[in-house]
Amino acid sequence: MNGALAVARREFRSFFISPIAYIVLGGFLLLSGWLYFSTLFLAGQASLRQFFGVAPVLFVVLVPAITMRAVAEERKSGTLELLLTFPMDDWQITLGKFLASLGMVSVALACTLPYAFTVSALTGPGPSFDWGPVFAGYFGLLLLASAFIGLGLWGSALSKNQIVGFIFGLVLCFAFYFVDKFAPLLPDALAQVAEFLSVDYHFENISRGVIDTRDLIFYLSLTVIGLLMTARQIQSTRL
Amino acid sequence: MPSSMIRIEGLTKHYGPTQAVKGLSFEVPRGQVVGFLGPNGAGKSTTMRILAGSLNPTGGKAFVGDIDVVADPVGARKLIGYLPESNPLYDEMMVVDYLRFVADVRDVPKDLRAQRIKNAVERCGLSGVISKDINQLSRGYRQRVGLAAAILHEPDLLILDEPTAGLDPNQIVEIRNLIKELGKEKTVILSTHILSEVQTTCSRVLIINEGRLVADDTPERLTAASTEGGAKVHVVVGHRHGQALDATAIRNAFAAMAGVSGVESVEGDGPNTLGFELRHGADDVRRVLFETVVKHDLVLLELRRTQVSLEDTFRKLTDTRRAA
Repeated sequence: MNGALAVARREFRSFFISPIAYIVLGGFLLLSGWLYFSTLFLAGQASLRQFFGVAPVLFVVLVPAITMRAVAEERKSGTLELLLTFPMDDWQITLGKFLASLGMVSVALACTLPYAFTVSALTGPGPSFDWGPVFAGYFGLLLLASAFIGLGLWGSALSKNQIVGFIFGLVLCFAFYFVDKFAPLLPDALAQVAEFLSVDYHFENISRGVIDTRDLIFYLSLTVIGLLMTARQIQSTRL
Repeated sequence: MPSSMIRIEGLTKHYGPTQAVKGLSFEVPRGQVVGFLGPNGAGKSTTMRILAGSLNPTGGKAFVGDIDVVADPVGARKLIGYLPESNPLYDEMMVVDYLRFVADVRDVPKDLRAQRIKNAVERCGLSGVISKDINQLSRGYRQRVGLAAAILHEPDLLILDEPTAGLDPNQIVEIRNLIKELGKEKTVILSTHILSEVQTTCSRVLIINEGRLVADDTPERLTAASTEGGAKVHVVVGHRHGQALDATAIRNAFAAMAGVSGVESVEGDGPNTLGFELRHGADDVRRVLFETVVKHDLVLLELRRTQVSLEDTFRKLTDTRRAA
């Protein structure tokens, strides 16, 4: 476990050394802020619902941009070989990468908290701002991000090229985001499967404030599958 | 305390259809400094990677301090400090941050961490650069950072894959001295292309070729073996009065000398001079040589004993084209 934490700490720090982190964070905040506030006043509703509406699709790009270098860069610079000779299992390397990426997503999300404070300050004198859905929404976004990080790391582990890693990750995340978008056109049974596989569908449940074990299990399993595939890919370097 | 630090039995490694290591077996006792020699692609790095734990063997057994590297990889890796061939490092980190990271990953106890880092920094002469970014360092310093990281957890076994590759002569001497120093208390296995390095730093040489062990001995005995216990004398002669020389006659005179086992004509160093290379056994032939030269009205322009080096042995053992 110490190994995983050490890997996570190093990885998290190195994000902030490279300019990519700031570009990615800045881009995310710019887009989410613009998409959110441009509709907030039209809707006239003091909630973060519009933000939570666009966040999943932004995450489809944000998360692979964060995870793309995680394994690919180590492979390219040869430091993966060092990691492989440290006294820890491959899952610890994977877990370390996961925690660092989750930390990075948390930073991105923490930067959006001012939206909530702004809106709560804008709430009229009568009704009070409802924090319940805000907490649920952020919790859901972290779960969704975990699942995407698993997929993104897998993408990054497949190649030693960051860009290839980004594209693999993007395709995987997009697939799980997009899968239910044509559900209404599908026969019932298929539509249900599509909805079950969609990260967006489960997120909508949670952001409504309903925390159901089925949604939790979905996110956790998707995360674990992604991480297992990542660990397997790292392990194959030893062959 | 286990008797051997490394034990390899019938080790094989295949990359797809290519066989990099074909049934390698050897043992290294504690405290030995072993040089691992072989041409490129002989399987040196592959063997070292298997020992260090970044590669799994296809077959055979490898033990580090009696721990099977396949059965208990994490346990075996704890005993090892490893410097990979290209010395990969996290370029964007500061030296001290990198060493702290390695200490954390290696699970160095918190209370020992500062002291161990300090020791490694001092031994490797890094005190002046600890707060520099690794990508600002020269190649020699990078190599020292790699070494410092490898000895940080005070491992019993150091595996150094071409530790002096790409360094300038001064840096090579520095790193070599450092390795010698480390070899006093640790078992070291190092691979190299520079044969003199083995002669100066190692007490034992393993030469592998095409994935198999072809020699295993001390550097001295290996060099002796290739000349059958003898040496060569290089000699250049001229006529006393600068006249032309009869090459065949002189050659025959040298060949007739006691102790000389063979004569070869080589280039002289000017007009009316002749060069010869005399092979001889254990006896010193220089005295007889001088007398022969005087007797034939010649002058001695050059007399030089050439040491047969490990290089000759290496070439003899690994030149597969000639053997085939």
